[in-house]
Amino acid sequence: MSPGYLTLITFLPLLGAIVTALMPKDNLRAIRLTAAGFAFVALVLSVIVWVQYDTNAAGLQFVEKVPWIPSLGITYFMGVDGLNLPMVVLTTLLTFLAILASWHITLRTKFYFALLLLLEMGIVGVFTSLDLLLFFLFWEVELIPMYLLIIIWGGPRREYAAIKFVLYTIAGSALMLAGILALYFFADANVSGRTFDLLELAKTNYALKYGPVFSSVVFFLLILGFLIKLPSFPFHTWLPDAHVEAPTAVSVILAGVLLKMGGYAIIRINASILPQALHDWAYVLAIMAVISVIYGACTSMVQNDLKKMVAYSSVSHMGYVLLGIAALTPASMNGAVLQMFTHGTITGMLFLLVGVIYDKTHTRLISEFGGLAARMPLYATLFVMGGLASLGLPGMSGFVAEFTVFVGSYLNPNMQLFTIIAAAGIVITAGYIMWMLQRVFFGPLVQKWQHIEDARGIEVVPLVVLVVIIIAVGVYPALVTNVIGGGVAPVMANFTKAGL
Amino acid sequence: MESFSIEYLGLIPLFPLLAFVIIALVTRPLKRLSAYLSILAVFASLLVSAWALYSLVIAFLSHASGEALVKELTVTWFSVGGVALPAGLILDPLTAMMLIVVTIVSFLVQVYSQGYMHDDPGYSKYFAFISLFTTSMLILVMANNFLQLYIGWELVGLCSYLLIGFWYHKPEAAAAAKKAFLTTRLGDLGLLVGILIIYFTTHSFGFAEIEHEIKVGALSGGLLTVAMVCVFLGAVGKSAQFPLHVWLPDAMEGPTPVSALIHAATMVAAGVYLVARTFEMFAASPDQQALLVVAYVGGFTAIFAASMGLVMNDIKKVMAYSTISQLGYMMMGLGVGAYAAGVFHLFNHAFFKALLFLGSGSVIHAVHDQDMRNMGGLGGKLKITFVTMLFASLALAGIPPFSGFWSKDEILAGAFEKDTLLYIIGAVAAFFTAFYIFRAMFMTFTGKYRGAPAHDSHGSAGGHGHDSVHASASPEDELRAKVKEHASGHGEHGIHESPWVMTVPLILLAIPSLLSGLLGSPFMGMAFQSFIEKGAEVHEELNYTVMMSSIAIAVAGILLSSLVYYFKIIPANLISRPLPWLHAFVLNKYAMDDLYGWIVNSVVLGASRAALWFDQYVVDGIVNGVANLVGAAGGALRKVETGQIPNYGLAIFAGAVVISAVLIISGSTL
Repeated sequence: MSPGYLTLITFLPLLGAIVTALMPKDNLRAIRLTAAGFAFVALVLSVIVWVQYDTNAAGLQFVEKVPWIPSLGITYFMGVDGLNLPMVVLTTLLTFLAILASWHITLRTKFYFALLLLLEMGIVGVFTSLDLLLFFLFWEVELIPMYLLIIIWGGPRREYAAIKFVLYTIAGSALMLAGILALYFFADANVSGRTFDLLELAKTNYALKYGPVFSSVVFFLLILGFLIKLPSFPFHTWLPDAHVEAPTAVSVILAGVLLKMGGYAIIRINASILPQALHDWAYVLAIMAVISVIYGACTSMVQNDLKKMVAYSSVSHMGYVLLGIAALTPASMNGAVLQMFTHGTITGMLFLLVGVIYDKTHTRLISEFGGLAARMPLYATLFVMGGLASLGLPGMSGFVAEFTVFVGSYLNPNMQLFTIIAAAGIVITAGYIMWMLQRVFFGPLVQKWQHIEDARGIEVVPLVVLVVIIIAVGVYPALVTNVIGGGVAPVMANFTKAGL
Repeated sequence: MESFSIEYLGLIPLFPLLAFVIIALVTRPLKRLSAYLSILAVFASLLVSAWALYSLVIAFLSHASGEALVKELTVTWFSVGGVALPAGLILDPLTAMMLIVVTIVSFLVQVYSQGYMHDDPGYSKYFAFISLFTTSMLILVMANNFLQLYIGWELVGLCSYLLIGFWYHKPEAAAAAKKAFLTTRLGDLGLLVGILIIYFTTHSFGFAEIEHEIKVGALSGGLLTVAMVCVFLGAVGKSAQFPLHVWLPDAMEGPTPVSALIHAATMVAAGVYLVARTFEMFAASPDQQALLVVAYVGGFTAIFAASMGLVMNDIKKVMAYSTISQLGYMMMGLGVGAYAAGVFHLFNHAFFKALLFLGSGSVIHAVHDQDMRNMGGLGGKLKITFVTMLFASLALAGIPPFSGFWSKDEILAGAFEKDTLLYIIGAVAAFFTAFYIFRAMFMTFTGKYRGAPAHDSHGSAGGHGHDSVHASASPEDELRAKVKEHASGHGEHGIHESPWVMTVPLILLAIPSLLSGLLGSPFMGMAFQSFIEKGAEVHEELNYTVMMSSIAIAVAGILLSSLVYYFKIIPANLISRPLPWLHAFVLNKYAMDDLYGWIVNSVVLGASRAALWFDQYVVDGIVNGVANLVGAAGGALRKVETGQIPNYGLAIFAGAVVISAVLIISGSTL
């Protein structure tokens, strides 16, 4: 049997990593081109899957299912639906752009690019796996390259940041594994024997069978790791540290796709397998979501480091994802997935932008800048566009996602207060974005940046690609929402079936 | 010609959108071409808009009424999880009127801008932004649903931001742009919440469906009032009503033609338009409470802003407060139920206030100063500017037959019937209005020139007020600097009337300032009002008491103004000398900016700093504390640690197995 698209997309980067690693280390150009080439092919393949994905047919497509360790019920099971397909495309896209943004990396170049590709494999694997154990393996695999990328190519406090990131994630993983095992051992296994197959596990009504306490415990074992990844208040403090130390490309992937693993997993695992528990604990999640939104926005406001500002803004924006999930209406859930996709593109763009200015000035402190628009009109224009996308300006994708989350969440009468509070986040977001733009780009030009050059060439390409996507989705959201809808519907059907 | 199909409406915003895209991507280096493209596009929009209006007027004149004057088209933009998000067009008298106002003013302002902005380095960018603004404004007024209106609403806000901050190198401009965006966004939050409440109860975004749902009781009682007050909050922000008016005076940092288009005639009127568009919903609230809120906020704003207009010395600031005040009038009109009168005033005001701004721009262009204390005697030099502005001032003051009289009088008559207090407020504000606008006229155009000493070194600039040496600076600050230098100011002899591209728009706007009011006058059977009310019979009893007192008030205001600033019989400091604190307090905008500054700096930023402190020392402190605790415990166990990653993996796995074992055991007893 020939490998399917998803296997190719997942493991092509691994092949790329190996090839890159085997190349002579001095030929930087060849290394870059090879890495970019593999990432590009993965991107093209994922776009092909996107195009070929039948939005009229519900359920999983491009399914590959092969027994792996039959005695334990572990299968090599991959497939895409509306929940993970956007994430796969996002991953391949941002990895490709991140590689372009890493063109200037000269420290241990081939190792760096190999790790980026390895990271891509791990993340794509997380999104495509439908077997919980496979999922868990990929979840852990992704850690290693991420850790190394931060600790080798990171900033001054890279060790602290990398270790914090790893320990935090591992702590979550440990609990998650316990949760997975609990699901595994307590599933109805009358017919097909024990299995890690997500779809099979979802057929067991744990809450009904073992009571709410059991299902709640398992629910929290699983979700803690995801909330850390998302990250939601109060588990978010690893994020700013990791971002500040990570090189640009790694930040792009970290904020752009790694965080989405958390949101995706909550929907794919918690919502699909333990709907009752999610329903029971929705309030708690909503409160965390709202705190993340407001608190993340407030902490963004008073950052002087551009990267930290963007990092905290991610906490805020991912709060909308959690709110959308917690509100448990079809529209809010769609909004959550859409928000993950759009936030990936927008925040990816913002980190790229910060990277460009950092490369030129070796500083990211807002207070150091001023009046840059005079010297860097193109860069300023792109930054303003990124900022506007982030604050949810209509015509750009962020608005569509946030509006959908708001409307969807407000449709749940229990969530109306939370929705209104979260909606206030759009004002605070506008506040820190506009204030930042004013201080960095407007007013008189600061003398020391008199000779700074505008962004150009390969710096601009990824930014323009992202702007085009952001506007395309903002103007014609059906591009993405048509795909997402088919993935959310079965999850919501679960809730209806359970009478929730 | 009557066969104007609703689909054609989509063309109207399409032209300027294309102009925006082409200028941004292609013709940016070719400034003349960019300007022509932009002007041509809006002219095309104007023609289609005129056609749309014509088709409705023909129908109206053949006694069509009600739904026969409304055309709608709705499609689904996209749908998620059972929520269909619509895109739609509406063509009814209100929209047709707005389309004409927007396209005419935008067209004239752009023609004028060719002169005003002629040597600005951002010339092409300017026209691109104006085109984008025009597109957004047109999308706003032709939306048949809240979602699309909200989209246009936010986009005009963006354009306003971009154009206020057009001279971004000026810190004041950058700060004003930000302030405008954030203040209006605060109001937009209200609009958003209003939309959420409405959608939750009626399951619709469409205006017509919502009105229907409200009729059948899907949304009623206190919740309806709350929803409409939330919607109104959006209008308060956009139309600069108290207490969110503070951004508009600062917005004068933008180029003056922008002030005319966005901050006088069109965008700021969007709030009034919104209330007019959703008037039925406001009126359906119990005891019309929502309308009462509109009326009182509007009335208060009218007098509050007018009082600040009395003391301002910057000519654009006078116009800005005047705009706020007049928008307050419109709101008050809608609020007291004089729907057609409020809309009528919007219509008249758009022309005469655009003219006042463009005229002020012409003055600034000539003397390169905005401070009226440095002007005087310009009437002889700037004849066209003076006469056209006089028309607009008479319209604003409310002297018949100029346009403002008819609509303002009708609003006052509406208030008179509804609420005596509001009538008194409106009447006093009318007095203030007549006074401040003629104060500005006298200070600017009569008496002796008080500007910088003459130095005719720039006379050779040939009627062009601008100086290419200062090309990067704005016309406004250009001469402000020059006046200080005393080296190359335009003395009285260097002052010339603006070029024809600027004066022709003034003349064209002077015509409606004189005549547009007649459309809604008793002489024409209140045709305008009847049209706006979709052909309903308007047979209002003329309230001669109100009418005569309106005229008397306006004349008194002008007269008093002339005694102080023309004949100088009454000293200007008659009030400010015995009550300096009052004058200072009003001049300081009632300390509203200080209050907001305190709120932003102390409350918002203070809370944010507290949050950051909490984050670093409490949340992260706990994380690090836990880590240290584990580390200390680990130190004791360090002999077990080998540093080998596989061993860690094993440990994780072992740990997980233990936990699950515990779970399994406990689980079986659950």
